[in-house]
Amino acid sequence: MTTAGTLKLTTPGERDLVMTRSFDAPRQLVFDAHTKPALVRRWLLGPPGWSMPVCEIDLRVGGTYRYVWQHDRDGTKMGMGGVYREIKMPERIVNTEKFDEAWYPGEALGTLVLVEQGGKTTLTYTMRYESRAARDAVIKSNMESGVAASYDRLAELLAEPVHQ
Amino acid sequence: MQAPHRLDTIFAALADPTRRAILARLASGEASVTELAGPFAMSQPAISKHLKVLERAGLVSRGRDAQRRPRRLEPKRLGEATKWLERYRRLWEGNYQRLDALLDQLKAKEPTPGDRQ
Repeated sequence: MTTAGTLKLTTPGERDLVMTRSFDAPRQLVFDAHTKPALVRRWLLGPPGWSMPVCEIDLRVGGTYRYVWQHDRDGTKMGMGGVYREIKMPERIVNTEKFDEAWYPGEALGTLVLVEQGGKTTLTYTMRYESRAARDAVIKSNMESGVAASYDRLAELLAEPVHQ
Repeated sequence: MQAPHRLDTIFAALADPTRRAILARLASGEASVTELAGPFAMSQPAISKHLKVLERAGLVSRGRDAQRRPRRLEPKRLGEATKWLERYRRLWEGNYQRLDALLDQLKAKEPTPGDRQ
């Protein structure tokens, strides 16, 4: 397994949260991994113990997507979805995002940008929230509310040198 | 989830590159406003304004010396904000490490990477 890079997370503006990371793969593959349900549900899972029983993607401007995660042990569900605003294959996607039980006001706007160089792809994902308070609420919640204990397990897992 | 305002204030204070540079400078020891203004192409009043924002966020405090009024870093407060960011970062790093593994599998399957649905 190749380690392509570590994730950089910054808060450059009042309402923005920006993630940057490089992947040792061509852009088309990274794009596919973000847009084909069979691929998305294999990695976009959050803390250990969650799976993604629902992953529907209608990849066209004005089309919607819908994700539902489920906790394997207690069955807790968490859903979110949104609308595609811009699609430029295989380099750019802009979509709205809103959680079913949103703990922050308003919708967020996500912009995914993929840049390929020498067979590697740099991903930049910018999330813009309605307000600074909304952005900070997201950071504090770590994307989900009821499974804080999972983070300790996640931390342990990530502390190991390599895991698949 | 207490004191959300404080986190807001900290992140807002950290959002500016000059203020981040001031914090980086203070990380190596306390400094007066004059000393801080030195490396920046900025007037002392402008630096003072940035310092006020940092002080309000609790990231910087004033030392005892009444003459120099040195500013110093409050690392504990800075740690509160970075702790939240770090936990969030780890969550996504977990996702992206899975994505690394998936991309390796897809690469091995070339030349038809886009044929799965």
